Amino acid sequence: MENKKSFNVTFYLLIVPVLLWLVLLIVLPHIDLLVSSFKIENDNGDMVFSLDNYIAFFKHKIYWLTFVKTAAYAIGVTILAFVITFPIAFYLTKVISKKNAAFLVLLLLIPLWVGELVTVYGWMVLLGDHGIINHFLMTLGIIDKPLNMLYTNFSMIIGLLYMSMLFMVVPVMSTLESLDDSLIEAASDLGASKWAIFTRIIIPYSMPGIVSGAIIVFMLVIGDYLAPNILGGKSSLWFTEQIYNEFLSTFNWNEGAAFGFLLLMLSSGIIWLALKLSGQKLEKVGS
Amino acid sequence: MIRSLPTTKLYKSTYAIYVGLFFLFLVLPLIAISVLAFNDSDFIALPWNGFTLDWFFSATDEREGLFADSALLQSIYTSITTALIVALMSTLVGTIAALLFEEEEFRFKGLLYFLALTPLVIPGVILGISILISSTFVGNYVEKHFGIDLELFRPSYWLVILGQFSFGATYVMLLVSARLKKYDRTLEEAALSLKATRLQAIWYVTIPFLRPAIIGAFVVAFLLSFSNINTTIFLVGSDPTLPIDLYSRIRFSSTPVLNAVSFLIVLIITIAAFINFFVSRKKET
Repeated sequence: MENKKSFNVTFYLLIVPVLLWLVLLIVLPHIDLLVSSFKIENDNGDMVFSLDNYIAFFKHKIYWLTFVKTAAYAIGVTILAFVITFPIAFYLTKVISKKNAAFLVLLLLIPLWVGELVTVYGWMVLLGDHGIINHFLMTLGIIDKPLNMLYTNFSMIIGLLYMSMLFMVVPVMSTLESLDDSLIEAASDLGASKWAIFTRIIIPYSMPGIVSGAIIVFMLVIGDYLAPNILGGKSSLWFTEQIYNEFLSTFNWNEGAAFGFLLLMLSSGIIWLALKLSGQKLEKVGS
Repeated sequence: MIRSLPTTKLYKSTYAIYVGLFFLFLVLPLIAISVLAFNDSDFIALPWNGFTLDWFFSATDEREGLFADSALLQSIYTSITTALIVALMSTLVGTIAALLFEEEEFRFKGLLYFLALTPLVIPGVILGISILISSTFVGNYVEKHFGIDLELFRPSYWLVILGQFSFGATYVMLLVSARLKKYDRTLEEAALSLKATRLQAIWYVTIPFLRPAIIGAFVVAFLLSFSNINTTIFLVGSDPTLPIDLYSRIRFSSTPVLNAVSFLIVLIITIAAFINFFVSRKKET
């Protein structure tokens, strides 16, 4: 009897803080976000229900075009991140010795912990018209006037890739680590080409890691603000910048809430699709 | 292909060059900012004009170094205290959540666990604006009905902490859960059969087992908070955190002092990473 009672006390001690966290900081704020996205101020200064915030999104080309562009670029960057980093993950887990790999993984994680702002700033210093890359190219006589790299889609994509691609490497490495080398050896002994081994064994085996990585990369890129804002310049508007403007420049919070909700729908929709197509659960992405 | 299979020389060297280029790409921005922190020039650019420590120590009007820039020092201090509080709160609640989801059975557990994971897939900007909207809503309500204007509900130091905690706890929960999955439950049962209460069993048996994961999770939460900008930017009040301060300087008034701060961050992270690397390697051998 007493034992059962203390069980309950422990249970409540555990569940109350968790409920407070999730209800007050996750559930209620998102309900408020949804509710305020359906409100506008009428002529009397009262808040009334309306679909105007969403209608504004579809009426103004700049809004939905930015939205579509952000989604398309985020998918593109995710694919690029996979193509660039898969050979690296493979190299670190299967090609070199464990000891050397541990050192390289350490190097890999440093930019991650340094934080996005510092690294984005680093790319700004590198890519600018008077930046380091242009300086070297001009000193070496390869070009006579600076290449225009900063404030373009190119510099924005570099920034987005740089800050997100490591989140692809880590989960892919952890699935590759569990891939038994003898599978590859067996295939090779039976005369399979490298390409066949790659597409028929390695890729299918590491699919769970690839999906986890892709989801995290996509989410980070679509919700990123710094790289588009600092490296992207005027022509490369990002949807998070529209939200930022609504909240901190024009102070139209209700329209901003609608935009935020649309972005949330887009990111969860694509993540849901990726999980469905690959038959994975969200729980696995976290681990 | 793999270690045990023979490959051609060309394949091997092409692969090695690719990996080399990748790591060059990785360290290039870090090296660039670090080098320019010591360049004796008023602009954040080459050519190299000689070595100087002005951007750290100078206190003249033309060159205000990092350690003479009180606004910058203040934002560093704000960031450190914010990150400490966020890490403490996240570690506490995240560990509690890990214990709850790994050890208890209750109704709606699946739903609650799903909610606890959502901060992983909700863009930080959305977390920021939704917490801003609902805290303003509550703040206005409190002011209207009780006549009290609480700072907590307006963009402020404490709202930033709440915002960063909302996702920090998720990362702690995942790190601690991973360790808890390896926990031998019979240890706790043994404690219970020896007349320990459930809380005593958790405190004296489970928590010590989890200690390495809890410490690791604390560091992760600290770093997440220290570098966060997406959520913070909507919640920050009159005392900016370091990333917010640096961001507005990058946009409006950049001097090489930005490089000095960035260099220090890179340096501290690198040293910490190497210490961690050698300590964990020593443990293995």
